[in-house]
Amino acid sequence: MALIEISDVTKVYPPRSKGETPAAALDGVSLEIEQGEVFGIIGYSGAGKSTLVRLINALEKPTSGSVTVNGVEVSALRESKLREVRLGIGMVFQQFNLFTSRTVWGNIEYPLTVAGVPKEQHQARISELLHFVGLVDQAHARTDQLSGGQKQRVGIARALATSPAILLADEATSALDPETTREVLALLKRVNEEFGVTIVVITHEMEVIRSIAHRVAVMENGRVVESGDVFDVFSAPRAEATKRFVSTIVTSVPDADALGALRARHPGRIVTFSFADGNTSQSAVFLTLGDAKVGFELVYGGINEVQARTFGHLTLALTGDDAAIDAALESIRAVATVTEVH
Amino acid sequence: MDRLIELLPKFWVATGETLYIVGIAMLFGGIAGLLLGLGLYVTRKGSVLDNRWVFGTLNFIVNVFRPIPFIIFIAAVQPLARIVVGTGIGNTALAFGLALAATFAISRIVEQNLLTVQPGVIEAARSVGAGPVRIIFTILLPEALGPLILGYTFIFVAVTDMSAVAGLIGGGGLGNFAIQYGYRLFNPEVTWAAVILIIVLIQLVQLVGNKLARVVLRR
Repeated sequence: MALIEISDVTKVYPPRSKGETPAAALDGVSLEIEQGEVFGIIGYSGAGKSTLVRLINALEKPTSGSVTVNGVEVSALRESKLREVRLGIGMVFQQFNLFTSRTVWGNIEYPLTVAGVPKEQHQARISELLHFVGLVDQAHARTDQLSGGQKQRVGIARALATSPAILLADEATSALDPETTREVLALLKRVNEEFGVTIVVITHEMEVIRSIAHRVAVMENGRVVESGDVFDVFSAPRAEATKRFVSTIVTSVPDADALGALRARHPGRIVTFSFADGNTSQSAVFLTLGDAKVGFELVYGGINEVQARTFGHLTLALTGDDAAIDAALESIRAVATVTEVH
Repeated sequence: MDRLIELLPKFWVATGETLYIVGIAMLFGGIAGLLLGLGLYVTRKGSVLDNRWVFGTLNFIVNVFRPIPFIIFIAAVQPLARIVVGTGIGNTALAFGLALAATFAISRIVEQNLLTVQPGVIEAARSVGAGPVRIIFTILLPEALGPLILGYTFIFVAVTDMSAVAGLIGGGGLGNFAIQYGYRLFNPEVTWAAVILIIVLIQLVQLVGNKLARVVLRR
């Protein structure tokens, strides 16, 4: 059984005023998140991903469907029974949500106090966490003295204080600059690898998914439109929404504008070859084309790396006898995905 | 000026009465107002103890009593003062009426200041497993403490202002002193002496309030 099971969940918010139709934030979502993985959920704002992640620690309750965490149906628990569940699920936020009335130390101590951890154990645990996130010198700083990246480190330390098995990251890097984003993502990756914490990452940035997620679900209008292994989704996106997200960082496939320009310059046939995880098949393509006496020119393309595996797209303009080209393409289909561009 | 020196003993008594009346009103009104304000905040839609009936009732009560001009209010609550503090006239009855009026005013100040606490901060506390009562006392009130102190300081000034109607129900204090011995007996210097002391008193309180708020807000 998966660690987190979300089954056919809907969430409908009551209308703000009479006469308006109720707004469905989630519309029949099912997901299974396994122990120890980093699971990414990507979508534009309003896609329902923030609502979805809040079902896991029951900050929100589904209108229908069920959410089970570690065998406990959290969607059926009353608020007073949720303390135990939430102690096992840390959460970090886009706006950090630190307690400004407390110091860095006080922020990290708060969950320990709530959990009823004996006071004499606080010091050791907080020091350990400060070391882990690299904020030992700021232990007694006020939170408004910290930079954005430091604030999020405090947020992560606070979320990890009670050693939860699950960490929910709600747009945790969206308020940070690219450099700080990389640092925070590296930290989350360590949380996953060193402590085995299962992480659910909500984001609208494909780069975040590429850097740390193992699997990904793409959300649009309250539905999961595609999900799977991050490498598979990146190398061969199927849903339109997924293609749009992938195209934000995989730029090796020409878009409509680039194609138009290519067409104008190359009157012959234009073909895109897609490779996944195989550098050898590239040479096979070139050899086959050469043997068939098909002229080729590389007009667009690139190689991408995701999860230490590579995939790429090469767009070639082909010249030569039509029948010869057809035959060559036919034999190439065995080693690469061929898309003829019209 | 001779008149003022002659009245000096009465002047000090009046000062003591003002401190007594305002002190009692702020103490009891402050506590009751805090509770009522908290009640309004936590039962509001989407808050930690969301309850539309309780909120509706509290909101209605505050809205009914708060706009009544104090000079009318103090006369109207005389029967209630007799029941609660045993007398409908004098300084104690005035302090009771002021405490009650301050309760409604303070409840709104408390509610407004609590509303400035970022909902995300409350959500963060919920996410680590804290319950509503713990959130109120360990997150909500500490996060709003600076503005709350400033709000109470504001109300202190308003209560001192309202205490000047004491004469209506036979109470004393500096405001009444100024009216009775200054205004009515054509002794402007007596009026001004009382006014200046009130100003000094209020400045002191404002100074302490600002200082405290600064310490809490660390600005």
